[in-house]
Amino acid sequence: MEKLEVKHVSKTFEDGPVLDDISITLRKGELVCLLGVSGGGKSTLFNIISGLLEPDCGQVLLDGEDVTNKPGRISYMLQKDLLLPYRTVQDNVALPLLLRGVDKTEARRQASALFGEFGLEGTQTKYPAQLSGGMRQRAALLRTYLFSQDIALLDEPFSALDTLTKSAIHDWYLDVMEKIKLSTLFITHDIDEAILLSDRIYLLTGQPGRITDEIVIKEPKPRAKDFNLTPEFLAYKKYILERL
Amino acid sequence: MTRKLRNTTRRKGPAVAAVAALLLIWQGVSAAGVVPGYMLPSPVDVVQAFWTERALLWENAVVTLQEAFIGLALGVALGFLFAVLMDAFDVLYRAFYPILVITQTVPTVAIAPLLVLWFGYEMTPKIILIVISTFFPVTVGLLDGFRSADRDAMGMLRSMGATRWQIFRYIKCPSALPQFFSGLRIAAAYSVVGAVISEWLGGFGGLGVYMTRVKKAFAFDKMFAVIFLISAISLALMALVDAVEKVSMPYRQLNNDE
Repeated sequence: MEKLEVKHVSKTFEDGPVLDDISITLRKGELVCLLGVSGGGKSTLFNIISGLLEPDCGQVLLDGEDVTNKPGRISYMLQKDLLLPYRTVQDNVALPLLLRGVDKTEARRQASALFGEFGLEGTQTKYPAQLSGGMRQRAALLRTYLFSQDIALLDEPFSALDTLTKSAIHDWYLDVMEKIKLSTLFITHDIDEAILLSDRIYLLTGQPGRITDEIVIKEPKPRAKDFNLTPEFLAYKKYILERL
Repeated sequence: MTRKLRNTTRRKGPAVAAVAALLLIWQGVSAAGVVPGYMLPSPVDVVQAFWTERALLWENAVVTLQEAFIGLALGVALGFLFAVLMDAFDVLYRAFYPILVITQTVPTVAIAPLLVLWFGYEMTPKIILIVISTFFPVTVGLLDGFRSADRDAMGMLRSMGATRWQIFRYIKCPSALPQFFSGLRIAAAYSVVGAVISEWLGGFGGLGVYMTRVKKAFAFDKMFAVIFLISAISLALMALVDAVEKVSMPYRQLNNDE
């Protein structure tokens, strides 16, 4: 079952074409990665998927329904956590519910119920500035989750974190994704991260950006801690490096 | 607690010492008779004048404060309205921003007599003058604040289907609070000064009216007493703004606590 389909999307800005005939799919429960160099139009594609930007041509389908140019259906999360410094963590996280018209007490209750699952227990009434980088990203993720329960668009969400925190958050993410039945479309320029997490990887290369390859990572999940040391992993990495 | 006390002493000690030294020098100069007492009364004379005139000062201060509060409230309301409209419609921003700046180059002392001619000696011209001088810092503060709002955060809210009003409420408004309070602090000080200036030109009560009266009587001690009272009121108003600021932005205190 296709959760999200992007069909033949192209986009040209004033200084030239950015995306050329992009078609990708994301199935239910899948983690799909869009891998490419920075500035290759990845973020433009995310803005189109979330409805903030109109494509020149092509379509975005969510559960088979056309959501092209309709913001408010799919939200995304950036490397910047975008937690509002003047709201407590629970009020930040509950924001999508408040936008939908849920009243404040109920929104806080619903958000708070998930704090344990997201490893944020006890931070409800703190301010974002009091949290560590990893916790802030988890809070941002919980906010994205409360907006759209089953799909997450992540734009280099973990790239600002240090290696150890990053590794811990990868394990945690795969785990929580499984539990809450999340489908994820993920942008990164980190090849290791892409191979570690993904079920499939799309390579987005060139100017304008095109999908030049699709790689299925056959390694079953959950993956072993030392998957990144195996010959299979290195073979994937070599394959991708040659094509970027 | 003791550490906090010691910190406060270290931070504020020099200022307190400087003020005390100035007062001592002043008292010394007066006592030595360098300047005749009727021209420069000593600090002790000023305190005495303050005490004997306390009922009159209080009565007049109430009038001035009333004008200042009404003027400030209207100025803030008007400033808010202007800022919101100018932020929402770029045409308005471009059309009115230069005019706003020009109005600020006209000194209040210069338009006060005109206002008296148009609106008489009652409260109206005084309040109008205060509104004119207070709404500008509020408008500019809010406008800058609205414009400093995080674009990515607004994009995120839009992707979550937020309306313009919701973006205003959840991002623009709270983002503008620090600049708003900076503007409000200036406006609070202007409101007292504006009230006093407009009272100079005529009226039935207020510290400005009292001031012109004691000036004509060459009562320099009372003159100094009222000057100090006016600056004390301005300081108190600014402190009030600071207090409200702290309460409305608790997250700003985080770094000081930890």
